[in-house]
Amino acid sequence: MLQQALSGVRILDLTWYIAGPYCTKLLADYGADVIKIERLGEGDPARRMGPFFQDDPHPEKSGLFLYLNTNKKGITLNLKTQTGQKIFKALVKDADILVESFSPGVMERLGLSFKELEKINPKLVMTSISNFGQTGPYRDSKSSDLITFAMGGAMNSTGTPDRPPVGVTRNVKMYEAGWLAAIATIAASYSAQQIGLGEYIDVSLMEVQLGSTDRRDTHLLSYAYTGFITPREDLTTARWTVVSSGYLRCKDGWVLVICPPVMWPKMCRALGRPELMDDPRFQNLYDLTYAADIDAILAEWLSTRTKQQAAQEMQASGVAVTPINTPEDVVKDPHLNARGFWVRIDHPVVGELTYPGAPLDMPEGGFQVRMPAPLLGQHNADVYAKLGYSKEDLARLRAAGVI
Amino acid sequence: MANRLPLEGIRVLDITTTWAGPYATMLLGDLGAEVIRVESIQHFASTTRGMMPRPPAGLYENTPKGGMYQYPNRTPGETPWNRATMFNSHGRNKYAMTIDLERPRGNQIFKELVKISDIFIENNAFGVMEKLGLTYDVLSQVNPRLIMVRAPSYGVKGPYRTWRGYGSQAEGGVGHTWLSQYSVDDMPKRTLTFTMDTVGGCGIALSAIMALYHRQKTGKGQMIDLAQSQCVASCLGEAFMDYTMNGRVQETMGNRHPAAIQGCYRCAGEGIDEYIVITITNDEEWEGFCRAIGNPPWTKERRFSDAISRYQNHDKIDSHIEEWTGQHNKYQAVRLLQEEGVPAGPVLNERDAYNDPHLKERNFFLEITQKWCGTHLYAGFPWRYLRAPQKAYLAPCGLGEHNEYVFKQILKMSDEEYAELEREQYIGDTYLPSVR
Repeated sequence: MLQQALSGVRILDLTWYIAGPYCTKLLADYGADVIKIERLGEGDPARRMGPFFQDDPHPEKSGLFLYLNTNKKGITLNLKTQTGQKIFKALVKDADILVESFSPGVMERLGLSFKELEKINPKLVMTSISNFGQTGPYRDSKSSDLITFAMGGAMNSTGTPDRPPVGVTRNVKMYEAGWLAAIATIAASYSAQQIGLGEYIDVSLMEVQLGSTDRRDTHLLSYAYTGFITPREDLTTARWTVVSSGYLRCKDGWVLVICPPVMWPKMCRALGRPELMDDPRFQNLYDLTYAADIDAILAEWLSTRTKQQAAQEMQASGVAVTPINTPEDVVKDPHLNARGFWVRIDHPVVGELTYPGAPLDMPEGGFQVRMPAPLLGQHNADVYAKLGYSKEDLARLRAAGVI
Repeated sequence: MANRLPLEGIRVLDITTTWAGPYATMLLGDLGAEVIRVESIQHFASTTRGMMPRPPAGLYENTPKGGMYQYPNRTPGETPWNRATMFNSHGRNKYAMTIDLERPRGNQIFKELVKISDIFIENNAFGVMEKLGLTYDVLSQVNPRLIMVRAPSYGVKGPYRTWRGYGSQAEGGVGHTWLSQYSVDDMPKRTLTFTMDTVGGCGIALSAIMALYHRQKTGKGQMIDLAQSQCVASCLGEAFMDYTMNGRVQETMGNRHPAAIQGCYRCAGEGIDEYIVITITNDEEWEGFCRAIGNPPWTKERRFSDAISRYQNHDKIDSHIEEWTGQHNKYQAVRLLQEEGVPAGPVLNERDAYNDPHLKERNFFLEITQKWCGTHLYAGFPWRYLRAPQKAYLAPCGLGEHNEYVFKQILKMSDEEYAELEREQYIGDTYLPSVR
């Protein structure tokens, strides 16, 4: 097996749902050895979230769980028992990184706060991912993906003025937190190994959104600079040049056209209508008098082309037009396929399926599929044997409700 | 040793545009890397330091709204490029130099910098680096340990590598737009979102750091071909799995959730952002919800007695919820719900966020004084270290602001040579008058 960038980095993973598991997935997919610790019986609640393979709601068939937990080993451990805590501390001793996403205060109550754990392993980097962070008045509030966006993100600026603010793709904001937690964690570990001193990281999903460059950090600064908020706006009425821009209909769906005035000559050529450049109606591109005429020309051109054809022809002339693809289009997309984005992964329960693969193409030390998502407790024997527990011990631990 | 940032001692060269690239290099600067932003007075990269180098007077004064392209007091001023919200919102913690890369001497000076740097990041349209002769083939000769991240929307390999497009466009190509906002039928009205800039920016930063790990082990640099659109696709895992497992093509559900009762509900008050989001996942939260609103008779109806029938009668529940939320302001409503253990949160607009008691207590916003804009509060760090001393050690950088530092301290150039470069317009702090 080829060396991966993070081969040899040892991570204990006490996370569930999406943000935490995506953080550790990013690191596991690039080589880190991740041991995912789940609670007995039910495991990660993502196992109960859809979509399910063949719509069968079985804990080993959740597509969400299968995707988010590739390349991780899975063990079960009851952290509420004294024995379980002792075993956990033995695992911490041999780890570089611990990522957890319990509600704030839980790790302290279990006697597993950073203060306690760094006594065992002074180089430990511990990351806590929570809805609102480990301090502050909202620390114990309940949240959801959409609430995170409402409080942290640019939701107030998303949607139209006549309707309530609206969310973007479900769970994407959780994934964003996973990205940032991965960066904070792996950078801290890079330094911890050099200086021999660990670090503790507090990631708040709400604050990740406030700093997000999906408009929010810029809108906040616009307010600080001018005193104005960014209201929701109907894109069809937000026009400022005569050239059509926005989501436009074509033969089989939609394309997104963004054509600033400097691109107008290129668009005329792409339309096969170079004479429009000299057309007296369109000499001042900020004059909207003849906007409907341009719209009609473009609409007619689009009506005879599929979204893919329209994008290809416009892009060939240097005009930024892209298709609005469905998930099915994306799985079949020639570019992603040429880049080898999709990977096949075999799993003992659901068999071989196509998964999204590498987000980052690193020619050296890059993405690899080493194993599918773990079955609940699949690697108990393997992991606990390394701590010196015999088969008989494992049977005793099982009987005692520890694993 | 304890009081250091994780990436101290790492030098990053930054020729990035728009949001994703500058966001990524800000994250690396926050982490302690010495980020040097390389710009030129001969070229204005649109949608980076604003939309145009010198916007016509009056363009901003009469549009009473925020948005992406703003200036302090709605006034571009004499140096609009140093005052643009679009850039300054992630302009902290980097040095800024200028150099004309198109002339051989400037190109050579850049290579001198490459020689003593660790990471070079660019996200220009495919072809720009080729034209400047600054490809990995060339630069890895200069510095074999160099880590180069190239991050155009679609990457530098594959059939769409020459495609142009902003974040909103490339994320449309990988399914994000289809799965987003109210419904697929009202496509033309929707808001342009830029998820790709956040996750693409994160991808740039993460891949650069992982390449440092690899270099530590092998001594080798590399060129990362980063397609930001793939970073977005990676965040839509379950939608693709539903297709590959079940052949189902998901589409947006607006504010609804596939299993929970969820919505965004209007509260009392005149403002345009008086809304809260409520998510009711299970029986326990439903019971909490009923208590919070005072157990009115409708909650006892049979059609709301279990999770399945509640979901089937979602519309009815929504109108009942809005009767209740309409009687409270958003903060009261959220407090009553949270007290009973119900997930709920207010839609916070920019003003609300700046006044938020939680963010105040956590000192989220950073007070930064910048030469051309004065003192303002900026969105702060997306994570907090216990030990590493995170701070805004540099205010959002002005064009060429740190030329002296870079040329004289880092490149050890003499005062005479520096003056000559200035005279010959290799460097400067003002776009040439001809630049549009």
